[in-house]
Amino acid sequence: MRFVDEFRDPDVINHTIEEIQRLCEPGRHYRFMEVCGGHTHAIYRFGLKDLLPDNIELIHGPGCPVCVLPMGRIDDGLKLGERPDLIFTAFGDMMRVPGANGSPLEHKARGMDVRIVYSPSDALTLARRNPDRHVMFFAIGFETTAPSTALVLKRAKEEGIRNFSVFCNHVTIIPAIRAILDSPDMRLDAFIGPGHVSTVIGCRPYEWIARDEGKPIVISGFEPLDMLQSVVMILRQLREGRAEVENQYRRVVPWEGNRAALRAMSEVFALRPFFEWRGLGFISQSALCLRESYAAWDAEQLFQVAGVRVTDPKAAQCGEVLKGVLKPHQCKLFGRECTPERPVGALMVSSEGSCAAYYNYEHRKGLAAAGSAATSF
Amino acid sequence: MCLAIPGLIVSLVPEFQRLAVVEVSGVRRRVDLGLLEDDMPGPGDWVLIHVGFAMSRISQHEAEEQMRLLRMLGEEGAAIEEIRGYDSAVQDV
Repeated sequence: MRFVDEFRDPDVINHTIEEIQRLCEPGRHYRFMEVCGGHTHAIYRFGLKDLLPDNIELIHGPGCPVCVLPMGRIDDGLKLGERPDLIFTAFGDMMRVPGANGSPLEHKARGMDVRIVYSPSDALTLARRNPDRHVMFFAIGFETTAPSTALVLKRAKEEGIRNFSVFCNHVTIIPAIRAILDSPDMRLDAFIGPGHVSTVIGCRPYEWIARDEGKPIVISGFEPLDMLQSVVMILRQLREGRAEVENQYRRVVPWEGNRAALRAMSEVFALRPFFEWRGLGFISQSALCLRESYAAWDAEQLFQVAGVRVTDPKAAQCGEVLKGVLKPHQCKLFGRECTPERPVGALMVSSEGSCAAYYNYEHRKGLAAAGSAATSF
Repeated sequence: MCLAIPGLIVSLVPEFQRLAVVEVSGVRRRVDLGLLEDDMPGPGDWVLIHVGFAMSRISQHEAEEQMRLLRMLGEEGAAIEEIRGYDSAVQDV
């Protein structure tokens, strides 16, 4: 309970925890998946596991975009970066993600023109300023970032900027949830739904989870109190035998989502027939590609892309951790070969990856405790 | 990348449609309002920013809470670095 005092409204937090304890049926083991990587980070940072009763288990979902991207896509993108006229741009999160022959940052050290952008529109600006170069944006992310990429592509087309392209790795959250529910080794009672993805897609796309699968899903904010309240809402549904989509994060997420963002996405993107996800394998209609009308800005159509498939390093168990089958520390490489300083797998890179979150909060805590125990002798 | 950064719209950029000058912790940068075109915010409004684009309108209270949350998550520095990173070379305002 050591974190409670630093939270807003500690009394309300304590009351909510009591409510959770009251709603839990003794002897029942609950498994809730938080879909979003931002939630995973917050759960570890705030030590929510320690605040919840032991019989509530939180399973970390697939909502960390750099974590689910298979290595082959990174290598495909970096291969294009070898073209002498090309400037490879990506978000900072991508820079340390390992490909088979090193991360984008390591390629930069070897002489590739790799640049961090904080917004896809800055990649387009770079193209405007470098008319004799080709600027490729390595796009990743769920529906939170895909609309921005779409608007930038619309602008490139309107302005007729031809030295700009997107290597599109945008993925969509709903098919990933479906794949998880379809996998035979996964038993879940309910979902804590993603906050910011839902500002774009709204709450309706989750209705099948409640209706067809009989699982409650509560769209949640990121504050400790938000997530605890979401757990209360889930437990109430289970207790009353209901399965519904509920929106705990109403102050930010409108039920209908952001229509302008959805319009931009559907104008620019089409669904890929299938796309490979780390840990989840090939999932049909789970990722976006550029429509034919944007072929001139599609790196995959402009250039030869090898379409390499690279399996993760054998010893790394990213896939099992991503599916929630293994906890981060149960991976053979965790904390030894694979650390945030020297990541072997993508889950150790991003602050939203469950391995990095576990390492930074749980593992370091353990190390510090071991260190102080050692010095006290 | 998945950071949602709260910012205050200070002014609109007259020569560019849909661009606004937004202030986050004293740092001012241009942010794209194109994804809010159905309910366009104006100066004095607060927005949540993802990768250089305003993604939703929020209240001032929610903006303060979001900044506090980023601070608690240890991501306030990363958020300000991201805002500063929005093409500062062409966006000095």
